[in-house]
Amino acid sequence: MAKDRFVYVTYIRTTPEKLWEALLTPEFTRQYWFGVTLESDWKKGSTWKMIFPDGRVTDSGEVLEVEKPKRIVLKWLNEWMPELNAEGFSRCTMEIEPVEGATKLTVVHEIDKPASKVIEAVGGGWPRILSNLKTLLETNEPLAMTKGGCKSAA
Amino acid sequence: MSMDDVFKALADPVRRQLLDSLHQRNGQTLGELCEGHDMSRQAVTKHLAILEDANLVATRKEGREKLHFLNPLPIFEIADRWIEKFEHGRLRALDELKKNLEGKRDGKG
Repeated sequence: MAKDRFVYVTYIRTTPEKLWEALLTPEFTRQYWFGVTLESDWKKGSTWKMIFPDGRVTDSGEVLEVEKPKRIVLKWLNEWMPELNAEGFSRCTMEIEPVEGATKLTVVHEIDKPASKVIEAVGGGWPRILSNLKTLLETNEPLAMTKGGCKSAA
Repeated sequence: MSMDDVFKALADPVRRQLLDSLHQRNGQTLGELCEGHDMSRQAVTKHLAILEDANLVATRKEGREKLHFLNPLPIFEIADRWIEKFEHGRLRALDELKKNLEGKRDGKG
């Protein structure tokens, strides 16, 4: 089956538990993920949504698999850009693995169609998000740009 | 892996070609990556291992195949380290502008 996807890997000096918390709790995501909040109880079959600081739901979906604090697979639908929404559901897998002195985070975002605009769009956003996340967890200090964005949105 | 590993991995034209090839088409097998290179499979494997050690290439198993993906994060972090501070001022200026404009609007309403 033709597929489009990216695989991003980062190593963060933290524990799998802290990384799991940072990926899925609003108090953390707001600080490094362009100010967004993720809402869900993160149980298999539950729905989840991503909310911008202004209250818009930008993305939503379903929790397909969850194994805390190792792996979560999300069905993912863009809700606010018609051309991305038209491509339908994509899938995002986050895997957390302890390695020597750090924790390895792998993010795979994929869709069952070639040359996807969704993959292009999310692929561009993840490096900034993951880099901010690493900074936040390793230094306890998100980039000022993210903090500013949060403050003005609050 | 350190930033030294990233620069060492990038300091080789063959390895940059391999990254270019993945940039063009992500998720290739070793066999696919060997096409277009006048090199033994072993030599390409060695180059890919160096790229993977530097975290510039990530691999995933799919069925019996091992697929290679370009992982842009180390290069993003290098850019961030030297460029981000210049971006910073511009972003802060935009943030100030937004606050000023929104403040004025609030004043009217």
